[in-house]
Amino acid sequence: MNIIITISITAFLVLYAGLFKANKALLPLTVVGLLTALGFTFCAWNGNAVHYGMMQTDNFALAFSAVCIVGTLLIFLLTQNYFHSKSDNIAEYYTLILFALAGMIMMVSYKNMAMLFVGLEIMSVSLYILAGIRKKDFASNEASLKYFLMGAFSTGFLLFGITLIYGATGSFDLDKIQAYLVSNPQAVSPIFYPGVILMMIGLSFKVGAAPFHFWTPDVYEGSPSLITTFMSTVVKTAGFAAFLRLFAGAFAPLHDFWVVPLIVIVCLTLFIGNVTALFQKNFKRMLAYSSISHAGYLLFSLIVLSKNSENNVLVYATAYTFASIIAFAVLILVKQKTGSDNFESFNGLGKKNPLVALSLTIAMLSLAGIPLTAGFIGKYVMFLNVMGEYQTLLVAFAILNALVGFYYYFKVIVAMWFKDGAEVELSAPAQYKVVLLVSVVITIVLGIYPAIILNLI
Amino acid sequence: MEQLLLLIFLPLIGAIITAFTGKSAKIASTIFAIASLGLALFIACNFIPNASTQFEANLPWISDLGIRFHAGIDGISTLVVLLTNLLVPIIILSSYKHEYKSPAAFYALILFMQSGLLLVFTAMDAFLFYIGWEAALIPIYFICAIWGGKDRIRINMKFFVYTIAGSLFMLMGIIYLYLQNPAHNFDLQAFYALNLSADQQGWIFWAFFIAFAIKMPVFPFHTWQPDTYTAAPTQGTMLLSGIMLKMGIYGAIRWLLPIVPHGVQEWGNLAIILSIIGIVYASLIAFTQKNAKRLVAYSSIAHVGLISAGIFALNPQGMQGAMVQMLSHGINVVGLFYVLDIIFSRVKTNKIEELGGIAKAAPQLAIVFLIIILGTVALPGTNGFIGEFLLLMGVYNYGIWAAAIAGLTIIFGAVYMLRMYQNVMLGETNSLTITFTDIKGTEKLVLYTICVLIIVLGIYPKPLLHLTEASVQHLLEQVNQKLKQ
Repeated sequence: MNIIITISITAFLVLYAGLFKANKALLPLTVVGLLTALGFTFCAWNGNAVHYGMMQTDNFALAFSAVCIVGTLLIFLLTQNYFHSKSDNIAEYYTLILFALAGMIMMVSYKNMAMLFVGLEIMSVSLYILAGIRKKDFASNEASLKYFLMGAFSTGFLLFGITLIYGATGSFDLDKIQAYLVSNPQAVSPIFYPGVILMMIGLSFKVGAAPFHFWTPDVYEGSPSLITTFMSTVVKTAGFAAFLRLFAGAFAPLHDFWVVPLIVIVCLTLFIGNVTALFQKNFKRMLAYSSISHAGYLLFSLIVLSKNSENNVLVYATAYTFASIIAFAVLILVKQKTGSDNFESFNGLGKKNPLVALSLTIAMLSLAGIPLTAGFIGKYVMFLNVMGEYQTLLVAFAILNALVGFYYYFKVIVAMWFKDGAEVELSAPAQYKVVLLVSVVITIVLGIYPAIILNLI
Repeated sequence: MEQLLLLIFLPLIGAIITAFTGKSAKIASTIFAIASLGLALFIACNFIPNASTQFEANLPWISDLGIRFHAGIDGISTLVVLLTNLLVPIIILSSYKHEYKSPAAFYALILFMQSGLLLVFTAMDAFLFYIGWEAALIPIYFICAIWGGKDRIRINMKFFVYTIAGSLFMLMGIIYLYLQNPAHNFDLQAFYALNLSADQQGWIFWAFFIAFAIKMPVFPFHTWQPDTYTAAPTQGTMLLSGIMLKMGIYGAIRWLLPIVPHGVQEWGNLAIILSIIGIVYASLIAFTQKNAKRLVAYSSIAHVGLISAGIFALNPQGMQGAMVQMLSHGINVVGLFYVLDIIFSRVKTNKIEELGGIAKAAPQLAIVFLIIILGTVALPGTNGFIGEFLLLMGVYNYGIWAAAIAGLTIIFGAVYMLRMYQNVMLGETNSLTITFTDIKGTEKLVLYTICVLIIVLGIYPKPLLHLTEASVQHLLEQVNQKLKQ
């Protein structure tokens, strides 16, 4: 509870600071607020407190909250001079990001489906505005509108699902829904099943899983890169946490029923994401499609529900989040310098700025899943979990997809190190260096010694 | 235990330090490589030649997943560890005449790869083995793709995707074995003790065999190899052919035969047939090569084919031959590539027909090149002989027809190797080779060292056989015991 309050208060303070044109104070204020919120997550660890029957800050919620907060913090550090070039109303954007974060904290810690909906909407509405932050830019407007229409559409599915489940069980409470399923497994109301499917569709829309992924590439490409970073990392992580809380928790007794559509979604997501990413010439769009394929890997852990499923998603989401933050940070730097985010604009980066190129290389290796990076551990625990039920064919399919992934992630490595580009000096501002360093350290440490995160939840 | 940890991590520490040394990276990396060699010699000298695992390090690593940092040295690993640490300084010294751009990165990557290789050769935990397997691949990919020659990006992408595809399926096999293991860990001995049905063993065999076959490479998984060897910088080619392909052979001996003997029994015939096809096929192609570097690349496929056939013959002669031949082949092939590199650096070509008469201009080079070639074609008295002899004996015990065809390698090899020597070194000097200068400095040092090794190991190979004998016997006993069950 303290976490949401802190973040919301910070958001308001930032808004007021903006009112008095104290632009220099915005970032320090936000950082302090987020660090306080992070402190509260650590204090609440192992507390497992239930707040008014609506939210439950168990370790699952806290771990995901921490990942979201740290991710947001790093993204804030990337804002240095970023919004200044886009608009005058910087404080508003800071506030919107903070509100979105508050919504995400609700999404990862809800105990009542009403809170899921409220959290999701707080987050989504903020993001609709953020996607359209460049008011004069056509692509940004398109992204915003598309995101809004698709988001509203999917919310409809979600709400309808919630209604049906309420009709069947008479409650929004996750524990009560689960108790209902456990107590009468033979006589589950027939309207419960369409409810589950509708909620699955609604949430698949939100996390961008195929075949409900059509909005992602355009929205990710059209939005300002920083907002794309936010959407494809932190927002996605929160979306999966919400997914997991519902399906690995409340709906777990019905696993046999919903696993079939889930497998279809996973296979489609992996395949479509990977194969389309392969043909992209634009780095940002490639990341957008690859984020679809990562959604597939993340959903992979739900195919076999075990005591590790939740933790596996945490490991994977953490690995993915920090690697993507590196990728987008470098993308922003390169785009500022060359004006383009095609693969060609990365040519020769290894010579111009070896350390930035090295960070991006490590990020790409992690996203591709090479050992000694966090991404490998993430993929490994996923595969291990599913192999545990001897779903060998599924794992083989995922491995083939991982193989395709190597190909497109290495495209940018090839461009950076093996191709010669224009000799433009590229230097990273101090804050970018901090972000890159923190993310690289997290990626490598989790890759070499993952024991610190493996049994967290 | 400390010695082993130092052995594995010294090159890694060296890599990190070398990365920051800038222009003096050559010296820094040489110091670390020679220190590693000293350490390897110390370990080999203190190794008690029996079947036990020595210098064992067994530390908890990722306990939640049953992964331990478990490494050790037994008779099977001593020779490859020795080979790795012997060749890396030679390879680094062989680069002294080259001025690579960003040398710090180049030498750091070589040392990083050495660490990965040593991890592969000492790992007693399957997960650790896999980590080393990939940790050796990433640096060589960058070495070949940054400092390589024409069309290096496409060629190395093919190489990378090929090998990683193999290793991912091996990972699947490892996970499967882990799940079958009631203790839920990756320990080698626990994997040896598993009771798998013939069906399961068949699948596991393929999951591992493909990864190893791509690395070696065995026909028909070899298509990446000639291009990659040709396009790589010479040091990259040496690392690939001298050490890296031994990962596949070593992996088959350590992780394939004892874990899935029934699988080997069922599919081993096919593996031997593929190996023998590879021998003949590669030899025939080697005949037609116009580029000397490509010729050596194909000859390497032929030699490895014989080693792989010797392993799957499942008898002590074949296995011992494979152990010795791994070492000899590593030394010889590095020597060959180095000589070709020296020629290339002087006349800017490796085309056989454009060369000729170098022996007149460079008599010392002619002599060392001849010794290396004789070692490669397995002349008695050279290091190549004892290995190939044992291998052929092993294959003969498996089947006479197989030995008859495999024996062709020696004849074929002698023909195309000596013909290449004749065309490159002998005859009249032409306009290109007239100004050829003889070897000097580090070139002399490296080539003389290689020649001494070829002759000494050829005349007195007993210490090598002695080191491996007990472990090889033990391994085969284990296999036979499991086959009887």
